[in-house]
Amino acid sequence: MYSFEKGQRPLNPYLAGAITGGLVALSVVATGKFFGASTTFARGGAALVNMISPEHGASLDYFAKYPFAVDWQLFFLVGIFIGSLLSSTVNGTFFVDAVPELWRERFGARTWPRLCTAFLGGILVAFGARMAGGCPSGHGLSGMMQLSMSGFVSLAAFFVGGVAMARIIYGRS
Amino acid sequence: MFVSIMALVTGAVFGVLMQRSEVLRYDRQLGALLLEDMTIVKFMLSAIVVGSVCIYALLGMGLVSLSIKSTVLGTNLVGGVVFGIGWAFLGYCPGTAVGALGEGKVDALVGMIGMVFGAVLFAELYPFTKLSLFSWGNIGKVTMPGFTGTGPWIWIIGLAAVAAGLFFLFERNDL
Repeated sequence: MYSFEKGQRPLNPYLAGAITGGLVALSVVATGKFFGASTTFARGGAALVNMISPEHGASLDYFAKYPFAVDWQLFFLVGIFIGSLLSSTVNGTFFVDAVPELWRERFGARTWPRLCTAFLGGILVAFGARMAGGCPSGHGLSGMMQLSMSGFVSLAAFFVGGVAMARIIYGRS
Repeated sequence: MFVSIMALVTGAVFGVLMQRSEVLRYDRQLGALLLEDMTIVKFMLSAIVVGSVCIYALLGMGLVSLSIKSTVLGTNLVGGVVFGIGWAFLGYCPGTAVGALGEGKVDALVGMIGMVFGAVLFAELYPFTKLSLFSWGNIGKVTMPGFTGTGPWIWIIGLAAVAAGLFFLFERNDL
């Protein structure tokens, strides 16, 4: 169920994680930037609102704090996309799909229920991340490795909410 | 220019690492939340332990400075739980959604569109979440060593020990 389609073995998660830890440190030394991802979605929201109604966009305090900007984090996310695209193309695991295997086994192969759930999930993810001040990259990886208290508190809360809701969605196995 | 290229390269390496170790997969993320597959937890804890050693060593040499977010217990906890609920629905977090899109997952793209709408919703409600009962427990930009008046290495050794204990349990139970 959880395996590479062409029989390749996935990279050991301990090794991949350890290299990632070093990669964050390298990034901080070179550019002073810690990993994060959710701010870009806030800046994307600012761009969307300003496209529809610039006057309304200007009235929102939060978008004054996080206006649309082509910044480090946007390039970082584009990099993640490119890296994953290259990697999956090279190892033959790229395929266009809307319904993950685990979901299909439980709820069937229909696309719309999955996409609606993903959209709703996306709304909650961004709302929660902006309220908490970060996501598993910013609070989880970067926050925890700096021993920041907000990282410890937020990462625990992410898992509390996630484990509880996953149980409700999938039931007892 | 240099910063932008570094950001792209750093992101690309991170993307390859996440793709090759399968942490981008919905099945892996839900696997962790259902406590059946700990791949993403192994990845995260390894990154945190190695990263903390590197960061605090570099800090000691004066080569880096920390970038700490404010601790506001109310918003960290309530926002964190809301995030977690959304995470279980979506099956990706903001960074892994971008990576999952890179390996062709359409549901991740729809989730990212949802995230933009979620950010707009948050901006609309910002005066409410900022001023209301959620903003209790504002402790400021603190680290665990700073807050407790202890040295960082005690915490790093503690983190490594907890991680090692969990890794032992995961491997013994084939998670």
